[in-house]
This record gives sequence, structure tokens and C-alpha cells, in this order.
Amino acid sequence: MQAGLNHYLIVGGLLFCLGLFGVIARRNLLVVYMGLELMLNAANLVLVAFSRFNNNLNGQVMVFFVITVAAAEVAVGLALIVALYRKRRTAHVEDLASLKL
Amino acid sequence: MPAFTDLLFLAFAGLTLLFGFLCVANPLSRNPVTSAMFLVLTIVSLAGLYVLLHAFFLAAVQILVYAGAVMVLFLFVIMLLDLGEEDRRKLNRVALISGTAAVLGLAGVLVRALWSAKGAAATGATLVEGNTAPLGRILFQSYVLPFEILSILLLVALVGVILLSKKELK
Repeated sequence: MQAGLNHYLIVGGLLFCLGLFGVIARRNLLVVYMGLELMLNAANLVLVAFSRFNNNLNGQVMVFFVITVAAAEVAVGLALIVALYRKRRTAHVEDLASLKL
Repeated sequence: MPAFTDLLFLAFAGLTLLFGFLCVANPLSRNPVTSAMFLVLTIVSLAGLYVLLHAFFLAAVQILVYAGAVMVLFLFVIMLLDLGEEDRRKLNRVALISGTAAVLGLAGVLVRALWSAKGAAATGATLVEGNTAPLGRILFQSYVLPFEILSILLLVALVGVILLSKKELK
């Protein structure tokens, strides 16, 4: 066996599926957020694999940008979760079903 | 006979998927701290895969930014919020079934797409190296403007987080 592009794509796809499952099935807001992180990481892995096997470094620069944006997104999202928790005293998605605070 | 890198690929890929599974669907514990710890392990194994793909700089950045900064932020928030009562709740049947169905559907689509594209993959010739030198050259020659926009985005995120974290949101 030679670990080629297809193998990395399969790993990335499965990791994305796991993240999606976490987002849909878990009820804790923070674990849902971790599922989002897993999906972002799966996309990053696929980008790096394509960059490696197509002989093109632009994919890796893209991953660099994605990691930076993901860090900013996590900071803002967690601040929103903390603000929401202060208002509603819960971080459970079923208790956060209304649009009004 | 499989090469050593292939064995490493199998090990890191298996560990990534195992830890990812334990992060989102741990059968033993539904504590968010456990999930966060398994997310750290997933990220470290992914960095191993990046090294196998010769993306050394990205592997280092992955460890520093994700396992260092992002996960510490997650753990801070988990401990700040005191989420102890969460694991006593029942699992939602509808969410579990719809989640499984959606995931199986997506996996089917992905496998089918990979299957039909099977002939196109796997060149084994001269391949790029993700060292800092070529990456930095590309980043500061072709991607200077996105790079600067990114710094503004970080500033916006910084200001927004400070505003959101103030005591009164009026």
C-alpha cells in the first residue's frame, strides 16, 4: 500500500462526518462548537493533501488563513456563549430555542 | 512490504478518527472537559498527518494555535460556565436518529464521489515541501493583501470579544 491522495481524502471525509454528527446530535453548546472545529480540521487536512499531491503550495497558504480565521471565530463564539450564559444561565441548545433574550 | 511512512499514516489516521469519535460521541462520559481533551488528541494526531504530508510549518502552527491557544480558551470557558448538570440529561432520540441519518448520507455521497474519481489520483513524482521558506515567499508575494486583511480581522475579533465580555450588554 502507498498512502496516496485517496487515503487522505477518506480520512478527511470521515472526520468531517464525525464533526457533523457532533453538531447535530450533541446538546451541549460547547461540544457543538468542538464538532465545528473538527469539521474545519477535516477541511484543512483535505487542503493540505491536495496541495501535496498536486505540487502546489497555495493550498497550504489557504490552510494557514483558515487556521487564523478559525482562531478568531472561536474567540468570538466563546464570548457569545459566555454572554448568553450570563443572561439565560444555560448552555444547552434546547433551552436556547427562542430568538428574544 | 509496506513502508514505514505508510505504517505511520495508518497509525495517525486511525488515532485521528478514534479520538475524533471519542470527542463527539464518547460512550463513557458526556463531560465537556473529556470532549475537549479528546479534541486536543485529535489535533495532535492531525499534526502528525501534516508532517507525513511534509507540511512542517502547518504542523507546528496546528500544535501552537489549536492545541495551545484555542483549547485553553475552550477549557477556560468550560470551567467558567460550571456545566456540571449537563451530563445528567437524557439524550435526544430525534437528534440522535437524524444525526446518524445525515452522517450516513454524507458519508455515502463522499465515498461515491471518491469511488468515481478513482483513476485520477496518486502521482508519486517530485512533490512540494511545506517549509517556512517557500511558504513565506508565497505568503508575502502573492498573498500580501489577504494577509493584511487577516490582521484587521483579528483586530475586529479582539475588539468584539472585549465588547461582548463586558458586564452589561447595553
